[in-house]
Amino acid sequence: MTVTVKDKTELFSPQICAEIDRWIAKYPAEWKQSAVMGALMIVQDENGGWLTTELMDRVADYLDMPPIAVYEVATFYSMYELKPVGKHKICVCTNVSCMTNKSDLIVEHLEKKLGISFGEVTEDGRFSMKEVECLGACGGAPMMQIGKQYYENLTPEIVDAILEGLE
Amino acid sequence: MTDKLVTIEVNGQELQAEAGIMLIEATDAAGINIPRFCYHKKLSVSANCRMCLVEVEKVPKPLPACATPVSDGMKVYTRSPKALAAQKGTMEFLLINHPLDCPICDQGGECELQDVAIGYGRDVSRYSEGKRVVADKNIGPLIATDMTRCIHCTRCVRFGEEIAGIREMGATGRGEHMVIGTYIEKSVDSELSGNIIDLCPVGALTSKPFRFNARAWELTQVEAIAPHDSLGSNLNLHLRDNKVMRVHPKDNESINETWISDRDRFSYEGLYSSDRLTSPMVKKGGEWKEVSWEMALEMAAASLKEIGDGDQIGTLLAPTSTLEELFLAQKLMRGLGCNNIDSRLRQGDFRMDATQNSVHWLGSSLSDMDQMQTVFVVGGNIRKEQPILAHRLRKAAVNGAKLHYLNPIQIDLNHRGDQDVCTPGEMAGRLAAVAKAAGVKASGGGASLLGAAKVDESAKQTAANLKAADGALVMLGAMAQAHPDYALLHTLAAALAEATGAQLSILPTSANSVGAQLAGAVPHLQAGGTAAERAGLDTLRMLKMPRKGYLLLGVEPGRDFWNGSLSMSALQSADMVVAISAFRSPELEACADIMLPMAIFTETSGTYVNAEGRWQQSRGVVRPQGESRPGWKILRVLGNLTDQPGFDYIDSQQIHDELHKLCESSTLDNKQAEPQNLEPLLSADVLLRGGDTPLYACDPLVRRATALQQTQDAGSDTIRLHPQEAARLGLDGSDTALVKQNGNQIDLPLQLDERIPQGCVWISTGLARTSTLGQPFGEVTVEKA
Ligand code: SF4
Ligand code: FES
Ligand code: FES
Repeated sequence: MTVTVKDKTELFSPQICAEIDRWIAKYPAEWKQSAVMGALMIVQDENGGWLTTELMDRVADYLDMPPIAVYEVATFYSMYELKPVGKHKICVCTNVSCMTNKSDLIVEHLEKKLGISFGEVTEDGRFSMKEVECLGACGGAPMMQIGKQYYENLTPEIVDAILEGLE
Repeated sequence: MTDKLVTIEVNGQELQAEAGIMLIEATDAAGINIPRFCYHKKLSVSANCRMCLVEVEKVPKPLPACATPVSDGMKVYTRSPKALAAQKGTMEFLLINHPLDCPICDQGGECELQDVAIGYGRDVSRYSEGKRVVADKNIGPLIATDMTRCIHCTRCVRFGEEIAGIREMGATGRGEHMVIGTYIEKSVDSELSGNIIDLCPVGALTSKPFRFNARAWELTQVEAIAPHDSLGSNLNLHLRDNKVMRVHPKDNESINETWISDRDRFSYEGLYSSDRLTSPMVKKGGEWKEVSWEMALEMAAASLKEIGDGDQIGTLLAPTSTLEELFLAQKLMRGLGCNNIDSRLRQGDFRMDATQNSVHWLGSSLSDMDQMQTVFVVGGNIRKEQPILAHRLRKAAVNGAKLHYLNPIQIDLNHRGDQDVCTPGEMAGRLAAVAKAAGVKASGGGASLLGAAKVDESAKQTAANLKAADGALVMLGAMAQAHPDYALLHTLAAALAEATGAQLSILPTSANSVGAQLAGAVPHLQAGGTAAERAGLDTLRMLKMPRKGYLLLGVEPGRDFWNGSLSMSALQSADMVVAISAFRSPELEACADIMLPMAIFTETSGTYVNAEGRWQQSRGVVRPQGESRPGWKILRVLGNLTDQPGFDYIDSQQIHDELHKLCESSTLDNKQAEPQNLEPLLSADVLLRGGDTPLYACDPLVRRATALQQTQDAGSDTIRLHPQEAARLGLDGSDTALVKQNGNQIDLPLQLDERIPQGCVWISTGLARTSTLGQPFGEVTVEKA
C-alpha cells in the first residue's frame, strides 16, 4: 500500500519540530519558507552533518514549499552538505589572502596526514576535507574552520596540534 | 501603470509608449527587433541573459531593453557600434558552454540561439577550453531534456512558478555549477508542462513524442481548434506527408493566450493508434467482415428504418463531435421519429431537463474569468478538467480573488483557495448551508435540505465573499454534473447565485457541450437551442430502459459513459447498434452490429462552440485514414437513404450556415424554472464511491495518446481511501480489495490517501477496468480480496 499526504508532526521528532518552529516564528506567517535555511541547518546537524534528498523533501513538506525550492537553497550555499561528511569537517580556505599565505602547504599537509583530499572522508569517518572560499578571516591567513571554530595563522605543526586536540 | 504616453526615439524613429513599460515592449509593438532569450511577454522580467543590451543616450553602459522602463525623451540605439559590440560579447559568452550540436538537435532550424547567433554573433569561435556537461534526468514521457544545451534563461523555471503554479524546474548549484532541472529524477507533472518546450529558446527542452521525427523546415503549419475541453484552444498543427507531426499553440489572447494544455498538445498521437477503424464493417454470426461503403450504409439505413418505432431507438452522440455532425445526427434521428437523443454521456441526473429550455454555458466570457473577485466551485477539479480555464482562475486568485471549493475529495490547488471537503452524499447539504447563509429561503427544489442545513463559519464566509464581490461566479464542475443529485446541486447553486448577485456558471465539459445544445443533440432542446416539441429520453433513461436499436457517434461503450456497465448491458441487449466511430475497441465490437469508419479531428472540417459560446471553425487538413469519411458525409448519406428531405448538403459549410441561422435568436442562459420536490437520491449514511474522470481518460482520442497515458494524470485503476476508512473496513495492510457496485465486482489495488473523505472510496471512471463498474457516485461495498 502506498500512502499519500503525511501528517506534518510525523515528519521530524518533536524536538526538531520545536526547533524549526522557533525559526518559523521569526517571520510573518505567510513567509514561512523563510525558515528554510534554519530548518536545513537543524536537520543537517541532527543527521551527522549532511542532508539527504528525503530530509530535504521533509523540510519542503514541513514548510509547505515545493521540494525543488529547497534543493535550490541546499545546493546554493556551501554550508549544506549533500554527501556524508566526517565527524570533524575541516574547511580550508584557499582564497586570495590564504593562498598568498601558503594555504596550499596546509592543504598538502592535511592530505598527507589524513590520506584524503577535498570532498573525501577518512575511512574511520572522523575527518573530511572541504575547500572553501574566503571566510572573512584574512587577517589570520592561512586559516581553516572545523565545526564552529576558526583556526588562524596555521602552520603544519599547529594543524597537527589542533587535530590531536579533537576527540 | 498609468495611461500616460511618453515619446522615445529608437534608431532615429519616434515612438509613443505607455509610461512605465519596458523598452522591449515598446520596440516589439513597433516591430523593431531586439534579440532576447530570457524575456517573454507572459513571464516576469529576470534580465539574466543580457542578450537584449542596447545603447541609450547619456548612459555610459549598454542597458537591457527588457528591464529598462521607457522614459520621455529617451534616445535608444539598437544597432549602434556600442549596442552591437555588447550583443556580440553576450553571444560569445552564451556559446562558451553551449555544445553547438545543432546537427543532432531537434531544435535545429527553429532555435532562437541559432537565429540570434547568426544575426548577432561572430562567425568563428575563439573558445578552445573545455565545456561543461550536464547529466540529463528523465523528467517524464512528454519532455526530452538535453541540459548541456541550456543557456540558463530560466523561462522554464518562471513558467512553473508563475503560470503552471507548481515549481518543478529549478536552478540548483551556483556559478559555473548552476544547473537547470528537477534535481532529482522526477517527472514534471503539471498539466501545462508542454509549454516549456515552446518557451525554451534552445534545444534543452524538446518534445519527447516528436523527437527525431522531422525537421522544422519540412513541416507545414495549419490552424485547428482543440477538440477536447470546452475552451476551444487555438492550435497550429505541423504536418508532413499528410500526417500531424506535432501540435503547437496559436496565440489567441481571449482564449488560450499563448499556452495550450498537454492534452491539446499531445493527443494527436491518438490519431495514429493501431485500432483506427479504417473500413466499414458488419458483424455476421459474431464475426466482423469488411464490406463496401455502399453496402454498409444501406444496411445501416435499412436497419434503422426496420425498427419502425422511432421511440425504440436511442441516439448517443459524443460531445466532442463537430457541430455539423451533432446537428445532422439529431436531424436524421428526429426525422425517423426518434427523440431520444443525448450527448451528455457523463451526466448523473437529468431531473431538471423538464424545466430547462435554454442553452447552459460558462456564464461568463473567458477573458472576464481573470477579473472575477470570488469564485465558488462546486464539484470541480478545474485544473484536471480544463487546464487553461484553471489558469485563468489562478490568475484571478493571484490578483486577490477569493476561491472556494466544495468537493468530495481534497484537490491539489495551484493557488490560494479554501476547500470544503465532504462525502458525495453530503455535498448537497453543504451547498444548501452556503445558500442558507446567503439568505436563500427554504422553498422549491431544495426546500428540505435548506431547512435542515446547518450554517457554519465556512458557509458564512463563502456566502459573504460571493456577496461582497464585484464579479462573482458559482461554478458547477464536472463532478457536480456527474453527481446523482445534480439537479439539486444545480437548483441550490442557482438560488445561491441569485441571492448573492453572482453569475451561475455551468462548466461545459467537452469541446462541443454548448454546441450540442445549440444543435439539438439533447433530448429537451431542438436545433437552435429552444425547447423541443417532443422531449425524448436522456442518456440515463435510454440505458435504463434499453431500446431496440442505437445509433452511436464517436462514442465508446463502457469508457465514455457515466455508468459503464449499464451502457454495456443496454447496448449488448439491443437488436441493432450502428456505430459511427474512428476507433474500434473490444467493447464497441461487442456491442455494435455495423461500424462505419469516421474521420476525426484534423481529418474533417467542422465547428466547435466553446464554453463562452464562441463559434470556431476548423478545416480538414489531412486525408482521412483508410476508407474513413467525415461524419457529416456519413450522416448525409444516411439521411438520403432513409428518404428524408433536406439532406442535400454539398459541404459542411452549408450545414454550419443552416444551423447558424436557426441559432440567430438563441441565447445562452443558465436560469431555469425551478423543478419542484427534488429529494436527494444519494444517501449520506452508506459507504459511497466517489469518482472523477481523469484528465486523459475523457475521450477516445486522448485515451489513445500513448505519451499522455504514461503520465500521472492518466489516472489509475485503483481504490483510493482514507487510512482510517481502510482500518474501519478491515483492509489494513491489504494491497488489493474487492469492490462491488450494482452487482458488478472487480479486484483493484488499494492506495491510502488522506485527501479522500472518510465514508467514501475513490474510484475514477473512464479507465480500462473501472469502467466495468457503475456510476462515479453511488453505493459500493469494499471488502478483503
Ligand atoms: S532549459 Fe531552456 S527554458 Fe529552461 S533555463 Fe534552460 S534554456 Fe531556458
Ligand atoms: S581569503 Fe581566506 S579567509 Fe579570506
Ligand atoms: S532578454 Fe533582456 S536580459 Fe534577457
